[in-house]
Parts: sequence; C-alpha cells; structure tokens
Amino acid sequence: MSRFGGALRSEVTKITSTRMWWILAIIMIAYVAVCAAGAAGLFGALGESTNGPSIPGDRLAPLIYSFGPTLGYVFAVLLGALATTNEFRHQTLTPTFLATPRRGRVLVAKLVALTGAGALYGVLAMVAAVGAGGGLLLAFGVDPQFGDPATWALVGRSILAMALWSAIGVGLGVLVPSQVAAIVIVLAFTQFVEPLLRLASSFAEWTAQIGQFLPGAASDALVGASFFSLAGGAGGPSLEWWQGGLVLLGITVLVSVLGWFTSWRRDVT
Amino acid sequence: MTAGVTIEFSGLTKTFGAVKAVSDLSFTVEPGRVTGFLGPNGAGKTTTLRMLLGLVRPTSGTATFGGTAYRDLPTPLATVGSALEAASFHPGRSAANHLLTYTQAAGLDRERVQLVLHRVGLGAYGDRRVGGYSLGMRQRLGLAYALLGDPRVLVLDEPINGLDPEGIKWIRLLLRELADEGRTVLISSHLLSEVQQSVDEVVIVSHGKLIHRGSLASLDQSEQKQVIVDATDRAGLAAALEAAGYTVSALRGGVLVENAEAADVGRIAFAAGIAVTALSQKRVGLEESFLHLVGEEGAL
Repeated sequence: MSRFGGALRSEVTKITSTRMWWILAIIMIAYVAVCAAGAAGLFGALGESTNGPSIPGDRLAPLIYSFGPTLGYVFAVLLGALATTNEFRHQTLTPTFLATPRRGRVLVAKLVALTGAGALYGVLAMVAAVGAGGGLLLAFGVDPQFGDPATWALVGRSILAMALWSAIGVGLGVLVPSQVAAIVIVLAFTQFVEPLLRLASSFAEWTAQIGQFLPGAASDALVGASFFSLAGGAGGPSLEWWQGGLVLLGITVLVSVLGWFTSWRRDVT
Repeated sequence: MTAGVTIEFSGLTKTFGAVKAVSDLSFTVEPGRVTGFLGPNGAGKTTTLRMLLGLVRPTSGTATFGGTAYRDLPTPLATVGSALEAASFHPGRSAANHLLTYTQAAGLDRERVQLVLHRVGLGAYGDRRVGGYSLGMRQRLGLAYALLGDPRVLVLDEPINGLDPEGIKWIRLLLRELADEGRTVLISSHLLSEVQQSVDEVVIVSHGKLIHRGSLASLDQSEQKQVIVDATDRAGLAAALEAAGYTVSALRGGVLVENAEAADVGRIAFAAGIAVTALSQKRVGLEESFLHLVGEEGAL
C-alpha cells in the first residue's frame, strides 16, 4: 500500500463514515427528480397546443436531462466544501497531519476522493433526471431519445461536470476555511451572483465573450445543454464542451493552490 | 522492551507577531521515563509540542526524534503517538471510524482500532458517535489515537484534564507501564500536583523559557522536611520523638515531625517499642518550589 493510497483510503472513509453524504444525496435526487419530472410534464403537455412556449421534441429531452448537473452541481460543491471545512471546524486537521505529515499528499488525496464522490453524485443526479424526466416524456408521447448516443454522451459529460464541481468545493473550502462563510459563498454565488452576472454579460458582445468563462457557463458548455441558455434568449457565445471542462479544472487548481498558501500550509494551532 | 527514542529540543523559538511564545528552548527527553512538561497556562507548552509534531513551524531552532524531524519520520504514527486536545473529533463519526481513518492514512493494520479501543476502556463504545461522548471518554479516545501505531514515543498534552479519579488512577498506571516498556513519555500539565505521582523527570517552562530541568526530587529544594507519623500510642510516640530531639506537633490524624526523615522516625518508634500505624515523608517543598519557579501566575 503506497502512502498516497493510504491517504486516499482515509479520505474516502472520512466521506462515508458520517451521514452528510447520503443526506445531501437524497435531497439532491429529490430536487432533480421533481424538477425534471415537472418540466417534462409541463412541456410534454404543451407540446400539443399551438399557443404557449414550445420546444422542439429533439431539443426537449437533453434540456430536461441537463437538470441533473445544472440543479445538482450546488450539492456537489457543498459536499466538497464541507469535506475540507469540517476538518478546520472540528480541528481534525491535527490528527490528519499527524498521520500524514506531508500536507500536499493529504490535499491531493482529498481532491481525488471528492472527485470520485462528485462523480457518484453525478450518476445519482442523472438517474434522477433521466429516470423521472425521461419517464414523463414517455408518458406524454415525446421521444425521450434513449436510443440516441448523444443522450448518453450528455449523461457522461454531466457526470464529469459534477465530479469537477465537487473538487472545486474542496479547493474553495481550503481557500475559505470558515464553514459558514464557505456555505454562504457557495449558495450566494451559484444561486444569485453568477446567474445575474451571466444575464448582465449577455447584453453586449464583448461582455458575453467574458461571460462564457463564468464557472456556471463553463459547466453548461461542458454538459452541452441548459435551460439557462434557453432562458437567456438566443444564447450567446459558448465554449466547446472540453474547454468548459478545462475552465472548471483550472478553477479547481487555482482555488486549491491559493488555499494551500492561505490556510493549508499554515500553523495548525 | 521497545527501543527508546530521545526527543531533542535545540534552540526552539516561536514568535507570533511581537510576542515570543517560545524562547530558545533546549532540552532532551530520555526514554524509559515519564517526563512532565510543566508550566502555567500560556507558558508555551502546547506551542512547543505542536512544533515538535510539525504542526507549527518554528521561527528558529529544531525539535527532533533522535535527530529526525516529525515530518521526515518514515512511519510517523508507529514512531510517535500524540494526543493534543480533547476536541479533535467530528461529532458525527463513530470512535471506531475516527480511528480507522488514521489507521488507513498511516498504513497500519486495521485490527489496531479495536485493540486500542479496548486498551483505553472504550471497547464497548466504539460504534457510538463521538458527539455523545463525555469529556473523559474523549480524553480516552485521544489516548487511543496516540496508541494506534504502538509508538516508541508518547507526547500527551494535558492528558489528565477532564478525567475522573478512576481515570486518573488508570492513566497513571498506563504511563508507568509505557515508560517501563522503554518508551519515551512526555506529558504536559499546568498543575504539578496533577502529575507529581506519575513523573520521574520535570521540565518547567514559564513565559516560553526553560527555568528548571531535572528529576522530580531536584525540585524539592526546601530545607524543611516533615514526616507525618501515627501510632495507637500517639502520646508515647510523641514523647519518644521529643526525647530524640525532634519538634513535634499534634495533627488530627497523627503527629507532625519537623526536620525529619521517615527512616529516622521509624527507627525511633521501633526502638521505643511503639507500633507505627502510618508513616510518610511530606514533600512540603515541591509545590512551593514549583510556584516559586513559575511565579505568581502559576498559583492556580
């Protein structure tokens, strides 16, 4: 057993040995399933009528399925952020660094473990979105596009996005060790600040160029479909899916490295 | 016997802004003995121990285990076991899982978890979440963590704090046992009386500076040595001692003999044909010397 393997197993046990991960997972599954089912039911029913908004059948299914990452990502970020801020809050960094004095090894193990946990959240969120949303589309006679490889590519990219978001949460928790502050930042930024910024950035050509690099926009680009781009009108410029993934990876590295200097390598008192 | 490791502090210094928390500390802690690291609250004990364990970066100087810094130890938990404070637990995690995470991180055998839980008397409570633990149980769990790797060195910060009388008795025996096995045992305390029955050596710090280093007996600098003695024939005993030239005074539970050694008092009673029912040397100087050394703020 390599030393890194030991640190990694330790981080996995830390996640699974408290109730947090499955409580958050259940809330996420319920939230995604209800919203996906609701949207599928609404648009499935509207599909027949001529007045009212309608979305072409072949675009509807991916939009519904994208509820998985676009609604679920906040849970992945929270899971990651709680994993690190808990260590500060309950002073478990002391026994952790005593068992593994190489702190970089601990941080990388935590990032890897939470990336895995984020991927698992991605799987659960997509089961909820595809299961509930696709089921209702079927019930309304809309093709859920289960046979289309593009659907499953979207599912795969969604899982990747969720994994990266969880890693971003770990880095954020290192950068902002205060648990309350980290949770407030996650909720305020994802639910309020970023949607406003994305909307504002869409008003001019040059701001839209910048806006596509916002984390939520990059995530949508990675996933490949989003209700936000639909609601935002014609949908401005968007990154390629792999560019979106690289933006999320870059944010993970950036916050983790900053956090390394501001908190992780500091004295543990 | 476990091969001992000597802890070496050399010129260890830590400043927090303008405050010198630890100042040029140099001393060694030898294996096979229990060393008490004493000083009033705020004397820099915890900071010193945290520097020793690589948790706090020294401003200058070194603290090593036989020349190796903590972070360079190939198997840290199997070399040094430490318990720093009673609150380093996630309340929602069971004691067994708490220990399991560090067993995995250190690459230890997972059977160690149940072994150390039993050794500290928590065998029946391992599956309970730590949030429901009493302070004494948390202290024991902290100690279980320290023992996880069957280490050659033990570093315990205020291990007696929060223990009930039974727990205090238990930890004293445990510390003695560990030292007798050849391990190096370093325990900190702000109360001499708390550890006086456990330690062989004392290192006393105040305001971050080393002020005394030596055996427990070396602390007893008082010229005044008293003996407390009792016998069924208390009056006869007092008379015999006075006849031998001692100053005696009556206590509720016996006779207080000034300036005496227990051996001498026993011999006089024996010669007088009086059966002694109690005989003990009173170390009047110990606590007083300690308080004198650390100054008024040590008088808690």
